[in-house]
Parts: sequence; C-alpha cells; structure tokens
Amino acid sequence: MKQKVSWMLVVLLAVGLLGWAQVGTPLVLDKVSSLADIALTVFGDTAYAPAIMRATNSKALVDNTFARISRLDEILPAGSKLWIPEETWAKAFLAVWDPNRVEDLFGGGKLVVGSWWTTGGEAEGLEALFATYRSRYPDVLIVNATVAGGAGFIFKAIVKPRIIAGDPPDTFQLHAGLEVEGYSPETYLRPLDDLYTIFGWDKVFPADLLDLMRYEGHYWGVPVNIHRSNVLWYNKEIFAQYGLTPPTNWDEFFAICEKLKNTGIVPIIIGNAGGWEVAHLFEDILASVLSPDEYRGLWTGETPWTHPGVTKALEILKRIMDYANVDYSAHTWDTALDYFVANKGAMHIMGDWAWGWFMAKQIDYKVGWAPVPGTKGIFVALSDTFTFPKRAANPINVIGWLEVCGSKEGQIAFNMRKGSIPARTDITPAEKAQFNPYLQSCMDDWARDAIVPSVIHGAAAPESWVVDFKDTINLFLVTKDVKGAQEALVAAAKTALGK
Amino acid sequence: MVMWFKRKHDQILSILLVFPSALAILVFVYGFIVLTTYVSFSNWNKLVPDYSFIGAANYLRVFQNPRFLITLRNLGVFTGLFVGGSLILGFLLAVLLDRRIKAEGLFRTIYLYPLALSFIVTGVVWRWLLNPGSPQMGSAGINLLLEKMGLGFLKTGWYTDPRIGIIAVAVAAVWQMSGYVMAMYLAGLRGIPEELREAARVDGASEFQIYRFVVLPLLRPITFGALIVLGHISLKIYDLVVAMTGPGPGYSCDVPAYFMWELTFRANRFGQGAVIACILLIGVSLLILPYLRYSLRREAKI
Repeated sequence: MKQKVSWMLVVLLAVGLLGWAQVGTPLVLDKVSSLADIALTVFGDTAYAPAIMRATNSKALVDNTFARISRLDEILPAGSKLWIPEETWAKAFLAVWDPNRVEDLFGGGKLVVGSWWTTGGEAEGLEALFATYRSRYPDVLIVNATVAGGAGFIFKAIVKPRIIAGDPPDTFQLHAGLEVEGYSPETYLRPLDDLYTIFGWDKVFPADLLDLMRYEGHYWGVPVNIHRSNVLWYNKEIFAQYGLTPPTNWDEFFAICEKLKNTGIVPIIIGNAGGWEVAHLFEDILASVLSPDEYRGLWTGETPWTHPGVTKALEILKRIMDYANVDYSAHTWDTALDYFVANKGAMHIMGDWAWGWFMAKQIDYKVGWAPVPGTKGIFVALSDTFTFPKRAANPINVIGWLEVCGSKEGQIAFNMRKGSIPARTDITPAEKAQFNPYLQSCMDDWARDAIVPSVIHGAAAPESWVVDFKDTINLFLVTKDVKGAQEALVAAAKTALGK
Repeated sequence: MVMWFKRKHDQILSILLVFPSALAILVFVYGFIVLTTYVSFSNWNKLVPDYSFIGAANYLRVFQNPRFLITLRNLGVFTGLFVGGSLILGFLLAVLLDRRIKAEGLFRTIYLYPLALSFIVTGVVWRWLLNPGSPQMGSAGINLLLEKMGLGFLKTGWYTDPRIGIIAVAVAAVWQMSGYVMAMYLAGLRGIPEELREAARVDGASEFQIYRFVVLPLLRPITFGALIVLGHISLKIYDLVVAMTGPGPGYSCDVPAYFMWELTFRANRFGQGAVIACILLIGVSLLILPYLRYSLRREAKI
C-alpha cells in the first residue's frame, strides 16, 4: 500500500512540475498488476483503465520500450512501462469513448481535419496546430482535408453531403455562431458541454464569445481565434503623397474618394468574384450606421429591416461602387489587392485576414489600418471553431485535437501565423508582445470595443439567410435600386425569422 | 427441358449479361429521378432529410426568386448563342477544310484540339483572355490586343459588364465545341458522293445553291445529332461558369445548375434545389425525346 501511495505522489508531482505541455507521465510497474489496479492507484477509480490502456498503446506505437496491451483485463508483468495520461485527457476519454469500440484502445489511426485554410498565413497557422498536435500524439496520422475558397463557401458545400452520408471528417472548421444551424447539430454533431467543463474552456473564453458559441443551449465547437471584419486598410504611401488622413466617417471617406478620383488611383479597391466580398462590405456599413444594439437586433427581429439606417447603408454602398475599380467582378478580394501593391489603389475594406496577405507579400510596411468609417468602438467579430461530428471515425483522436485548439499553446502558435488573435482571455502581456503590431492593436480593441457578430462569416444568422442576404446585395450592385433591395432584405428576414 | 434450355440458351445468357447494368441503371438513374422529384415536393429545407409532403410550395418559391428567373434567361441566351454559334462556325470550318486544302490534317487537329480540354481549363484560359483590366492598371487579355492593334474603341468589360455577362461565357463554349461540330460535318461532307455535286453542276447550280439544296439536306441527320449533343451540354453547363466567371455581376453569368448547387448545399434548401434539378431534367427530355423518336423510327425503317 505504501508503495502505491509513493507511486501516486511521484506521478502527481511529475504532472504538477511538468505542467501543461506534458500530456502524461511514464510509469514502470514494480510488481505484477492489472490495469484496474493502476487506474485505482493513480486516478482513484478503476474506470480509468481503458484510458491508460489507450495512452500506453499510443506510446508503444512510436516507442517500443512501452508495453503493448491487448486486453483490458490483461495482467501486466513487473517492469512493464506504461503511460499515464493527464487527468483532463483521461476524463475526456471516458466521456467520449464508446465501450463497444474496442478498436479505440489501440492507438494510432487517422485524424481527418476539414477546413478551408489553404493560402498564405492560414495554411501556416493550420500547420502550426498540426505540429502541436503531432508533438503530443505522434502515433496519429493527420489527414489535411482542405478545400480552397474564401469564407469557406465551397468547403461547406462539399462537407455537407459527406455529413448526410455518414462519412464526415473527424473534425471540421465552423464559424462560431448561427452557422452551426446549417449543420443540424442535434442530429450530426456531438455537444461539447462536457469537454468544456473538463478542459475548463467555459472559464477561459470571453462571455460574449461563449454566448455566440451556444446554440440550442449547447456548445458545438471549440474556438481557435477571433477575426475582425470591419477594418479599413489604406496605402500609407498614397495617403502621404496626397496629404490624406484615415477617414473616421463616411463624409471624410467620400471626400478622399473625390480627391483621388482623377489621379489614376482607384479610391476604394473591391473584388467580388467570390460573391461574398461586397456583402461583407455591406455588413460593415450596416454596423457603421446603426448602433451595436440596433445592428444585433437586425438578426434577432428586434430591429426592423425597414429601418432608415438600412436605406442609408444601401445608399452608401451604391456611392462606394462609383469609386471602385471597374473590374471588381473579375477579382477576388486578394487578387484585387494588386492595385494596392502597385500603388494604384488607396483603400480596401476587408477582414483582418488581409493582414496575413500583406505580410506574405511583404508590403506590410506601407499598409495602414483603421476601423471602417463610423465603426470606431465597434468590433464586428467572427471566430473559427472546430467541431466533433457524432459519426467521426476516430473519436479519440479528436479529443486531443480539440484540446490543442483550445489550449493556450495551440492558440498562440496558430494565431501568430494566421494573423488573428487568440480567443482565450488569459494571454499574458509577454505573450501578447510576440504578436505583430496590428494584432496587438486588435487585441486592445477586442478587450475594449462593443462586440457585434459578422453575418457573412456565419456568426449572426443561419446559412440560408446569409445566402439570401448575399444574393440581394449582389443583385443590388447592378440594379442600384435602393428601394427594391431593401424590400428584398425585409422579405429575406421574414423568411428566416418566420415573422 | 434440356432441349428448351439449349434453344433458349443465347436468350437467357444475354438477359443475364444485361441484368446487372439494367438493375444499376434502374436504381441509380431512374430510382434517383423518382427520389429527386419526390424531394422537390417535400419539406427538406435543412440538412436533416425531411420527406413530409408540402405540395408545390418549393416550385412557387423558386419561381418567385429573382435570381432563378435571371438564370433561366441566361440559360436561354447561352443555349441560343452556343448551339447556333457552334453549328454555324463548325459548318463553315468543315466546308473550308473540305476544299482539299494543303495541310488539312494539321488544321483539322488545331480546330479539334479545344475539345480535348475540360471546361474547367477552357474557363480558366478565357477568364484570363477576357479579363478586361482597368484604366488604372492597364488593359489585359483581348482588350490589350485590341488596344495594340489600334482598335481601342472596341474594348469592353466582357464578363464584368452585366450587359454582356453570359455572352462572354458562350464565346468560350463556342470556341471549345465548334471543332467537334466541324469534325462531325466533315465526316458528313466526305460521305456525300461527288456524283451528286457533279449532277447539280451539270444542271447549272451555283456553288451556293449546291450547298443550300444538296449538301445541307443530306447533312440533316448530322445537324440533328449535333443539336442534341450541344443542347444537353448547354442545359447542364456548370463547370465552365464556375471556372470562368462565377455568378458574375448581378448574376449576369449565373446558370440554373450553379444556382441549384448553391441553393442545395449552401442554403440547405434541398427541396428547392430538387425543383431546379427537375426543371433541368424536363428541359433535357424535351430535347432528347424528338431525337429518340427520330432514331427509333429510322431503326424501324432499316
């Protein structure tokens, strides 16, 4: 008995000393024991035996000094080397593991990660998450199942048939917020409330974000980052040449456009080949002419779409298009930035993933940023999360993935490359200092500003409404019919809200 | 019994051989046509299938959608230009090649090669060619060519101009398929005996009259076949639009197949997506049925 207690002390001490980065501790048996004995000694409960078996078998796949355990009731000889997982992981394992799935006790297997992160900083960020995961679970083969296309509009259409067919990726990217409605989570996704409690995520993410994450009373994804939608990027060289200062309201914005109109410089660069970019611009205009509460109310039915602010927003959009590059429908948001690189374009309104693009092109030295005119103190937010499909083929491997996504280590490694900010609130000043100046200013705003959800990036409204919203705005670009567009927006809201 | 089996041996064997593929077609083609038609009348408008019957509500909603009406109009314009353009251009090329010119094989290959490309490749190439550029960044693609040739006044916005939109896509499609029509016509022209033309010449017909009254009527089955092939490609067109333009400004390049995809898998309106699928199916059948009747009648004659 004394021996057992001393084991336990050693184990606990080791876990405490090594801290978070360590996902468990090795343990060499000094006498013949069963897994249940060990579980009782280490965790105080025999139920943890399968967790120890799985963790040890995972280790054995990459390090043959560890024991291979083939049965839960196996009697292990003295000298067997086991791996004792961290208690949080072990708890999560018990919460997730289906006792009928004996195959989950042998370690290895795949982790199929679905996302739309294929370019520049985002692919590097994803790779950083993979690296963190691999360092902890080297036995698992990661399958990077990405599908290109901004805002994920192609990825989503491809992953849905797979979900219906019962062959989902093990985990996939999902925008925080009402986008989850489009996946019928009550049927296809696993609620993550228990994992939130086990890993303590409900304490480390901001309350606004947790509210956004909850749909039908449950959490369905683990957020990895926060992006800001309402950023005005401006070309410092052009602004210096013409003596301009970043506009704080739309009047100043249009004054700048007038000034640049006949100089051979495009005042405002737009790319709309993806079909969502102008709708993104429009949501920022809505946020600028409405108060945060009014803007939020648009998506809950409290603010009517007949509101004069909506009319004003449409008129502003109509006017902006007069100053945009004529070939906007031949460009996506990023190819349109060729104007910016060539100093032929002055301003661009896009989410802060654009910053990653500027850095990749090494022109960040001439990029200035400001909130979209009229949105100072407002943070139009979106967040990427990862889900846990009910029919994931490798459920145990998903636990570690979500753990990495929600961890401080994973979030810092990911966001520094992706060009977004960690969703966790416990980032220390020293850790913050590692981020680039834009992201540091973004973190300040995130802590200070009123947070409102982005619609085109899935936070504010279900996908079917987003499509109607986007279709209306795209049609408006050609018809320029303010009244007709507003009527269509009212009708879309009626369809979506059922009133 | 044995005799019977011997007598029927071939017949049984042939039925057995055809049976698996007949079964697969029955399930995977006709079965799914029935299923899709049923879904178009059902309330399946979220990710989880919901097969409850709601009548024609999906049809009403689709036809009230302004974007759908635009795609129908675009499809009409596209079909007219694409089928008409490919037939005329293909025929002209075939006539020219039929004049026993030098290096005929080389030209035939050149004109036929676009057919070897997929619509995705064609789309990407023509996206670059018809990219208009802008006053600030300078012209690009065909606009640049026009500018250098001193024809700058002919520059337009191509697919970025909502008034042109789908017409630009039709240009790319004609480029790809006219070589195929040419090959069909060329085979047909070679099949027309020289004596017939000679006889017409003896009767004093001009070259134009020979083509108008002798050659074209004889090529009617080929025209008919080409019409069917081009027509159903046109109704199903999707990949070319995706690669070349996307839905375009104000949906001026959008087609029903693209809208169906977005409606189904983005907006989760599976019922409404099935409505568009059914409408496209009806369109294709309207095109195929006369052809089936025609070819069955011909087989009966033979």
